[in-house]
Amino acid sequence: MFRPSHFLAVLLFALFASVVFGITQRETPRKMVRYGLYCFVLFVGSAIVLSWLMFLIAR
Amino acid sequence: MANPQDKKNQAEGGFVYLPLIAGWLVPGAGHFLLRKWGRGALLSASILGMFAIGIAMQGKLYAGAHDILDMLGLAGDLGNGLLYIVSRAAGWGADQITVTTGDYGTRFIVVAGLLNVISAVDAHNLRTGRKA
Repeated sequence: MFRPSHFLAVLLFALFASVVFGITQRETPRKMVRYGLYCFVLFVGSAIVLSWLMFLIAR
Repeated sequence: MANPQDKKNQAEGGFVYLPLIAGWLVPGAGHFLLRKWGRGALLSASILGMFAIGIAMQGKLYAGAHDILDMLGLAGDLGNGLLYIVSRAAGWGADQITVTTGDYGTRFIVVAGLLNVISAVDAHNLRTGRKA
């Protein structure tokens, strides 16, 4: 059984979803890469920000 | 006035929904039919990877719709096409979530199905010339 840490699960989810979003939502390869990276950063960044918020609220 | 891509696609003939259906049944197959090898390979690897990781994390495959959340989960799972059918037949995945990662795995499987639907619609848009 595969038991990744929470953060690794976030990274994997963000990677796969960003690849699909990049390819399907843009037309040229250059724009696909840029949009994929943008989605990846937003996925991971928002997870980190929300995690810190929940940590601070729970204290 | 039709653009050159539209004319090219119309000239190809055949069943216009074939990439949509193939893409739904097998992740990336719609793009492979349209000879978009690179895009198809990346989409296929992403969706298959997400689904496989979900199964490996002991994610649950929705079998029935007892309430609204189950219905939504089942709809997402069905987006995986043949992957869902084969996995159900093989008895992969968990019936009940017993470990923490199983909950994440269930979401991975549902999202893999939703991403596969997006991918299949993209293949259809390429086929009709709506997208270059």
